[in-house]
Amino acid sequence: MFRNGTLALKASGLRKSYGSLRAVDDVSFQVRHGEIVGLLGPNGAGKTTTINMVLGILQPSAGSIEIEGIDIGRQRSQALAYTNFAAVYASLPGNLTVYQNLRFFGLLYNVAQLNARIETLLAEFDLEHLRHTRSGVLSSGEQTRLALVKALLNTPRLLLLDEPTASLDPSASDLIRGRIRSMAKQGRCGILWTSHNMYEVEETCDRVMFVSHGRILLAGDPKALPHEHGAASLEELFIRLAREPLAVPARGS
Amino acid sequence: MRLRPIAAIALRQLYLMRSSPVRILPMIAWVAVDIVLWGFIARYLNGVNSKGINFTASLLGAVLFWDFFTRVMQGVTMAFFEDVWSRNFINVFASPMLISEYLCGLVATGVATSLVGLIVMLIIATAIFGLQFAALGLLLLPFLLVLFLFGIALGVLASAMVLRLGPASEWLVWPIPALLSPFAGVFYPLATLPAWMRGVGRLLPPSYVFEAMRSVVAGGDFSGRQLATGVALAALYVLLACWLFAAIHRYTVRSGLLARYSAESVS
Repeated sequence: MFRNGTLALKASGLRKSYGSLRAVDDVSFQVRHGEIVGLLGPNGAGKTTTINMVLGILQPSAGSIEIEGIDIGRQRSQALAYTNFAAVYASLPGNLTVYQNLRFFGLLYNVAQLNARIETLLAEFDLEHLRHTRSGVLSSGEQTRLALVKALLNTPRLLLLDEPTASLDPSASDLIRGRIRSMAKQGRCGILWTSHNMYEVEETCDRVMFVSHGRILLAGDPKALPHEHGAASLEELFIRLAREPLAVPARGS
Repeated sequence: MRLRPIAAIALRQLYLMRSSPVRILPMIAWVAVDIVLWGFIARYLNGVNSKGINFTASLLGAVLFWDFFTRVMQGVTMAFFEDVWSRNFINVFASPMLISEYLCGLVATGVATSLVGLIVMLIIATAIFGLQFAALGLLLLPFLLVLFLFGIALGVLASAMVLRLGPASEWLVWPIPALLSPFAGVFYPLATLPAWMRGVGRLLPPSYVFEAMRSVVAGGDFSGRQLATGVALAALYVLLACWLFAAIHRYTVRSGLLARYSAESVS
């Protein structure tokens, strides 16, 4: 039913203004099922603002967002039922255990056969032995895995991951990336991914968008983009864009 | 509205109490202390007064009703504060849960926790101080209904206030019952108050409960119409409070306050 290539997310003409400041300015992009799209940019570029608008906790000043073809502005609850997220700045309540957190969020997302789903994910992310441990005392790596389990509870068709591997060691990061890539390959969902780790982005993402000062400056294949713009690597391109965003013209402009 | 997101909010509170029994203590301890204190004051006053006034019924009954209302309000706000304290707003409000489901979850939590307090108060007041609570008969139902609805209204209003003003404004919430009590005529008839305070008192649904309770305890009659006014006012305040919470939620989504909600951000 949800084939690779169909749209999980469509953002059109997104803008968010705070007074005279435009945190996000006329941003349009799409995420297809089976695709991992990297949203890159320096701190304050507008990545998290964009993600917050997709999550429905921030209303755009202009533009529209469709998740699975459902306009989040008109049918917020229906649209959000198809999505989920994990973000470093939104840790789960530390005074609930791993299992209690998953049950709480599973009920919020109205997940069918919740217990079975929790057990499957706990086993998949190697958290079974921590089920009765309070989330607040987990290591940062374990908390990240828990956040990912929570994000997968409702089998989302759009997954938003804001620096999901920021606190993981290289081995754990590799495992997580592998799982997420395999999820995307099966065409189950489209993934919007932010990260400051350019190696990870190049390794994981099918497509990237560079954001600076609230605008998408570049978009394309992370392996091809550096060469197209005369940079030796994605990291070098990132640094150049972060320091001199206007020096690199947007493609097609 | 769906049942499961509502149950999630209530279940979370149950989990917290189960894993930390210390959380149960405030639900029981403060109401128990109040009833014991006022029970002995009533017993003393019964002993020294020569007019045959039953202070146990009038004073202790009033304390019990007022504490019940306070517990309902605090039950609602405490469930909301869990999300404030654990910085859980993004997780909760980015879920498909409706605001009406969230509010119902807060109310369900308030109902459960306030009932625990009510049962403790009833046991102490009847077993130790001989309060004849059952003498109020079926009138208990509308009395408790008014206090319950008004507690919900104030709990939702207080939550809306903290959502708008930030976590530090939590300290503005706790004194609300104390600020209202002089106007509500908990321990004295509204007629005791100056005209302007009486006017405020008539806007407070609990004042109708306390006036009716005193009248019944004194063996007199009471106006069913007045009590109906109390019920109607309380129901109206619940609707207004829910509307205000939803409006403030929309404002925080529009202004970016919800996404940036953090400690000590009173604006």
